[in-house]
Amino acid sequence: MTSFTLPHNPDAAMDLSAHKDVCRDSANLIRIDHVGVKYRAFEALQDISFVAHPGRLIGIIGPNGAGKSTLLQAMLGLTPLATGTVSYDGKPLTDQLERIAYVPQRSQLDLTYPATVWDVVMLGRVKKTGWFRRFSAYSRQVAAAALERVGMTEYRDRPIGQLSGGQQQRVFLARAIAQEADVVCFDEPFVGIDQKTEAIIFEIFHELTRSGKTLLVINHDLGESIAHFDDLVLLNKTLIASGDRRSVLTSEHLSEAYGGKVMFFQ
Amino acid sequence: MSLDLLLEPLHYGFMQRSLLIAILVGLICAVVGSYLMVQRLALLGDAISHSVLPGLAIAFILNINIFVGAFVAGILSTMAIAWIRTRTSIKEDAAMGIVFSAFFALGITLITQVQKDNKIDLNHFLFGNILGVSSQEVLDTALISALVLLVVALLYKELQFYTFDPKGAQAAGLPVNLLNFGLMVLIALTIVASMKAVGVILVLSLLITPGATAYLLVKRLHWVMILGAAIGIVSSICGMYLSYYRNLPSGPAIVLVASSFFILALLFSPTQGIFTHSPAQPSGNSIWREIKSLLGRT
Repeated sequence: MTSFTLPHNPDAAMDLSAHKDVCRDSANLIRIDHVGVKYRAFEALQDISFVAHPGRLIGIIGPNGAGKSTLLQAMLGLTPLATGTVSYDGKPLTDQLERIAYVPQRSQLDLTYPATVWDVVMLGRVKKTGWFRRFSAYSRQVAAAALERVGMTEYRDRPIGQLSGGQQQRVFLARAIAQEADVVCFDEPFVGIDQKTEAIIFEIFHELTRSGKTLLVINHDLGESIAHFDDLVLLNKTLIASGDRRSVLTSEHLSEAYGGKVMFFQ
Repeated sequence: MSLDLLLEPLHYGFMQRSLLIAILVGLICAVVGSYLMVQRLALLGDAISHSVLPGLAIAFILNINIFVGAFVAGILSTMAIAWIRTRTSIKEDAAMGIVFSAFFALGITLITQVQKDNKIDLNHFLFGNILGVSSQEVLDTALISALVLLVVALLYKELQFYTFDPKGAQAAGLPVNLLNFGLMVLIALTIVASMKAVGVILVLSLLITPGATAYLLVKRLHWVMILGAAIGIVSSICGMYLSYYRNLPSGPAIVLVASSFFILALLFSPTQGIFTHSPAQPSGNSIWREIKSLLGRT
């Protein structure tokens, strides 16, 4: 019974990346169409449109207060849209939330909650298990494999509050993997995390995209780590640029978003 | 001899009934209160419990079941709080303060108006009247308790996801508004079932203290609930016996026992106890160190 393990041998990964190009131009697109968000009189986002392709690691970047988290939350229906639509695979995305996994910023979560690492990963199986039912043996296998993949198996029975920031983020990554979602969204996963953990997380992100999943990741930092992303969405209240990383990271786009000079890596 | 001490009160029907109620209330308050504690909503428990009062009075006036009146008022108060919070920029704690004091004042006013004609006593609602419960009230409380425990068991994993990570749960497709409403209903039901035992003012203690005590000792939600329930039940029983032998008011006696358990856990918890687990500097008397850190940390 190995169907639940992730394809981390290189052969399987190559197969899937070949498959990726087939599905790229047809199904499983996320279309963000003229999305706007208002908080009372304040316009947080205006007229954002772009397309997210499956099998891509997509970074959402922009200065503080640009509306990155708002955009992600609006896409998932966590914040109401003032204008526009978000569709996935031709249907409203919010009708298909069972295909989505979302991990909020760590600072948004109460990490003193009485839960072990295992409890948190199993939350990824709640929706798939369904109402009034207990977790199946299969769900426990999926969760165990996800925990193994992020290298946190030995911490299984630790309270989450006793872990370091990087370890906590790996546990939330395991929860997202256990959800077996097609679209995985992270809000600032790299805040307060050491380089080694960042490398581990990016490696797993790449594995997930190779298996055809869409990854949307809010990233605050324009440092070296930006080179890991396939596509970028650059915004500051409105969309400044979106698409392939190199086409987005131009000095005109960046000075438009950030104002003034910005150091960046390409 | 000591067995006689335990058995003697049980010869009286009123003690049997009040012990039963105390055990049920200790159990469900700890279980449901654990959700309030982990969501940092302890004040909401206080708000709902004060807000049931006008519902009680109106139920007396209209001659309907007081449990129903109290429940409706409790739910209305949570809706009023949510409405003020979402429609204005007033924060949740201010909204709670406004709503529960208004409901409480209305409740006191109405009860003082009707208490002469109805032979009811405001004090019984405020502080409980556990020695005066009828068999029917024991049955009502048992039914509410069974319902509350059944719902918690059935929705356990969904409520755990929602209370830990509401946004993540919503993004995964769980109906979080419905779960939140369900939780409010559970809290209101629990408070209504507990009114007779400890009254609306002290019920907060039974909701929060046993769960908080357990939280100092164990680290998984279901263990917090199970250990909290055990602490709640033991507190209720000890409080009733204290009340019987020392002629103390029952509600406050139960609350004082529960609070004593909390103090014990605070001092001796293996992971967070003041005597058993010192933060940072290991030298010096632990109590003196705690007092110094309370007085100033410049």
